[in-house]
Amino acid sequence: MSDFSEEFTRPMTEDEQGETSVASGTGMHFPWLHKLVETVVIGGKKKKDFAQTTSACLRFIQEALLKHQWQEAAEYMHSYFQTLEDSDTYKKQAAPEIIWKLGSEILFYHPKSNVETFNTFADRMKNIGVLNYLKISLQHALYLVHHGMLEDANRNLSQAETWRYGEKSSSQEILINLVHAYKGLLQYYTWSKKKMELSKLDKDDYSYGTASRSMLSHSCKTSANLGALIETPGVWDPFVKSYVEMLEFCGDQDRARKVLTNYAYDEKFPSNPNAHIYLYNFLKREKAPRAKLLSVLKILYQIVPSHKLMLEFHTLLKKSEKEEHHKLGLEVLFGVLDFAGCTKNVTAWKYLAKYLKQILIQNHLAWVQEEWNSRKNWWPGFHFSFFWAKSDWKEDTALACEKAFVAGILLGKGCRYFRYVSKQDHQVLRKKIKRMKKSVKKYNIVNPRL
Amino acid sequence: MWLLTTQKTESPFLFAVSRGELFDVLCFRIYRREFQERCTQCAAVSWGLTDEGKYYCTSCHNVTERSKEVIHTESIPNTKIKAISRGLKRKSKLEKGWDWYVCEGFQYILCQQAEALKTLGVGPELKNEVLHNFWKRYLQKSKQAYCKNPVYTSGRKVTVLEDHLSHSDWTSDPELSDAHCLSLVESWAESQSDVQSRKPSSSTRASHSETASICSGSLDGVEYSQRKEKGIVKMTVPRTLAFLYLSLLWQREAVTLSDLLRFVEEDHIPYVNAFERFPEEMKLYGRDKGIFAVESWPDYEDIYKKMIEIAIFLDLPRFPDITEDCYLHPNILVMKYLMEVNLPDEMQGLTCQVVKMTGIGEVDFLTFDPIAKMAKTVKYDVQAVAVIVVALKLLFLLDDNVEWSLSDLAEDYNEDHQDKPWFDFRKWYQVMKKTVDEKKQKREEARAKYLWKSEKPLYHSYIDKPVVYKRREMVVNLQKQFSALADCTPAPGEKKPSSFQFNWTEKGTDRPCFHGHSLRGVLSKKGQSLVIKNSLYWLSTQKFCRSYCKHVTTYEESNFSLSYQFVLNLFSFLLRIKASLLHEEVSLIEKKLFKRKYMSSNESSRSRRVRRR
Repeated sequence: MSDFSEEFTRPMTEDEQGETSVASGTGMHFPWLHKLVETVVIGGKKKKDFAQTTSACLRFIQEALLKHQWQEAAEYMHSYFQTLEDSDTYKKQAAPEIIWKLGSEILFYHPKSNVETFNTFADRMKNIGVLNYLKISLQHALYLVHHGMLEDANRNLSQAETWRYGEKSSSQEILINLVHAYKGLLQYYTWSKKKMELSKLDKDDYSYGTASRSMLSHSCKTSANLGALIETPGVWDPFVKSYVEMLEFCGDQDRARKVLTNYAYDEKFPSNPNAHIYLYNFLKREKAPRAKLLSVLKILYQIVPSHKLMLEFHTLLKKSEKEEHHKLGLEVLFGVLDFAGCTKNVTAWKYLAKYLKQILIQNHLAWVQEEWNSRKNWWPGFHFSFFWAKSDWKEDTALACEKAFVAGILLGKGCRYFRYVSKQDHQVLRKKIKRMKKSVKKYNIVNPRL
Repeated sequence: MWLLTTQKTESPFLFAVSRGELFDVLCFRIYRREFQERCTQCAAVSWGLTDEGKYYCTSCHNVTERSKEVIHTESIPNTKIKAISRGLKRKSKLEKGWDWYVCEGFQYILCQQAEALKTLGVGPELKNEVLHNFWKRYLQKSKQAYCKNPVYTSGRKVTVLEDHLSHSDWTSDPELSDAHCLSLVESWAESQSDVQSRKPSSSTRASHSETASICSGSLDGVEYSQRKEKGIVKMTVPRTLAFLYLSLLWQREAVTLSDLLRFVEEDHIPYVNAFERFPEEMKLYGRDKGIFAVESWPDYEDIYKKMIEIAIFLDLPRFPDITEDCYLHPNILVMKYLMEVNLPDEMQGLTCQVVKMTGIGEVDFLTFDPIAKMAKTVKYDVQAVAVIVVALKLLFLLDDNVEWSLSDLAEDYNEDHQDKPWFDFRKWYQVMKKTVDEKKQKREEARAKYLWKSEKPLYHSYIDKPVVYKRREMVVNLQKQFSALADCTPAPGEKKPSSFQFNWTEKGTDRPCFHGHSLRGVLSKKGQSLVIKNSLYWLSTQKFCRSYCKHVTTYEESNFSLSYQFVLNLFSFLLRIKASLLHEEVSLIEKKLFKRKYMSSNESSRSRRVRRR
């Protein structure tokens, strides 16, 4: 039998929808939640009100944080601390980390909070869940750095360094390295400040010698701090950069090269374009042979084909004697211009215009066609529309000229971009445009003269 | 506290000048025999010593079972264990804790709760006569006192000895149990201040608690938590409330079960952490934690069941009659709830009629009789509220249609007649919805802020004690820090306990009071009498469940009209019960009201709507 109320029309009201969404309770999910759900499935005990109210409390805190209601969040935190005394050991162990995260967030923004309150809070939390000691120390130090208290941050990190934790677990080891590294970074900061001062000093100044000597010893000490971290797989850009800078200052080029090579080529490290950029720049400073530079950039080309170093890569390839490098040079230019961020790069267009002409003169029409085939569907709309012709001409006539030339070559003189630019009457560029027209007529790939 | 071992004669340390020196020397020896195992919790090897001389991990505060003296007794033969105490004073204070039994703890809580009820305005006889008698009866029935063979003496001696040999030192002492019974009687009268009359624990007991792997602060905590005897209702903290309610019912006090539980939740009656108020000398730890610590508020149905269970266990006679002049009589309760939810007083005429027709106002129906075959008592509050729901259904049908068109009529009428307005269901809905939503939000916030943990933390054993206390201190410090950051305006004082949760007397434009509104709009004249305009009715439950699953009906919210849902939710929020419980009660009243219709609908065509007579 169906229900009485069946025939009554019952549109969903807003209130009802609101209620159901509240009931479903969106929020952070913690592992123990899963555990609780399991007990329910088994038909186990009813969730205790303590657990219910504290998880509701957590929701309120999260909501308050989201709305930047720091005072309210602090009010709820006052009650949430009792999870530290939860009779469920699992929850009790998880509590310090959650409390630290919420509490530090509140204290970071709360108008009545200051460095002192934050320090007290951090010191207290460090000693509650000992497993969190290093993490909290590190975050505490970052907070101090944020507030410009470098010395305190340094002291904090030194304290964390001396922390003995019985047998280090693997997760803690990385934290220890991070602590070292951040300390190293702080030292690097003072070092580079000194370096700046040193560069201002006259070399003949009597104090120059002592100053540079102290710099040297300083950098050696610091590099020891940074070294350990860099060896563990990960992305450590700022650390690597400062480490290398100091090594170079000390004159330890070999070590610097080794570090950078390892950072770029070790397969255990995540793929990181910056690693290759650092290595390339280092090699460039070292005036390494072209082949070496090319091999570095080749990898970068595979990871980030739109990087601005690609233009340098193109120049290097052009200079190379090998034909395949010349072909690759064309590929690289086309590749750069595939990206929306590079469409207005005059240099790239200039390079392409020049190189197209050069290549066509050398009779490598096939290369151009090969590149063009995959792009002829979308480049006209992407680069050579009438709209772009107008706006490019308005913004940057030089860019428009280069693009027009390329458009002419690739699409023939009938293309709208080329036509628009070539019709413009510009006193300075008149000659250039004329020349361009001539070249297009001669080299465009649409009706190649055999 | 330290427990160290020394060799009695051969010891080179015997002549150590002071205890401090001896301590240092021993420490030196101990450190050379360092505990080198990894911590089971965090795998660190970083051990410290607790006051008891047990090892704890300094990194995760995990306390091991390994203690220093164990290592020593193993290594030095012919030693005599001797306690050397670093903090003699502290230790002796702990030892001085009273000998107390679990039932005494409950007795203490009951007294406290009864006191609280007294301050809420309940007559003093409740504590001194009714509850006291119930409790004595309970002790007798559960063979804990007032009987020939109390559990603590000869009657249970054998099994006790078999089960826990370690307990023999006190179970075999009959005098102790006599004293125990005596103290039980005495302490009821002066529940708080009989400190001096108790005798401190004997030293044997102190050592007993320390050597036992599981221990408790009470004498019988361990045994109590293990006892499982058929036919005996064991005391628990929720059951204290069942006792209270039974006494209230006996006295026919103006407190319903939902009121009682609300007072508990609002902390007007000690319940969560009730043990906090125990005298200093009544030490709680170990197994006592499981017995006295509660982490949930009482649940209506649970306490209701427990109350019946206890009444049967105590073999109580028929309770005093609930007559028409009693607060618990539906007519009076209905009046109260009509005021509470801001409905017109005129509805009372209809509700009285419903009560009369269903027979739920009769003394025999209302009076609780535990000896009756099917002992069952009326959920007075839920029933009264259900009567109101039925009345609302009679007047407005609550099908998301009729009530709104009736409201349109009332609205039109009220535009011209503001002196004696008709009751406008829509307006009432809007006002109530807003108020309840606000109140709901506030209650949720208050619940989220509720502090469960006692200032007097409970620990499993002496070993845990420093850790637990340290935690407690940390939490207090953190709380202090954050309360300084919270909004400084303190909550507008502890709300005074009241049986009303809403207040509609104030004359405001946003919260109008409907008590004086007329029902004329939904009634029509027929001859001499007034008849309800709406002639339809729908039953909340078409067919009752007859299986053995104990529930009579189910409540699937989405099957019902929104108005009905709203009304159910409003009342269940008020009583802090599940909406399904109220739905069930509504269905039961309808069953009585439409007895004939139910019978006919079962027999013949399954008509969907019931025409009201």
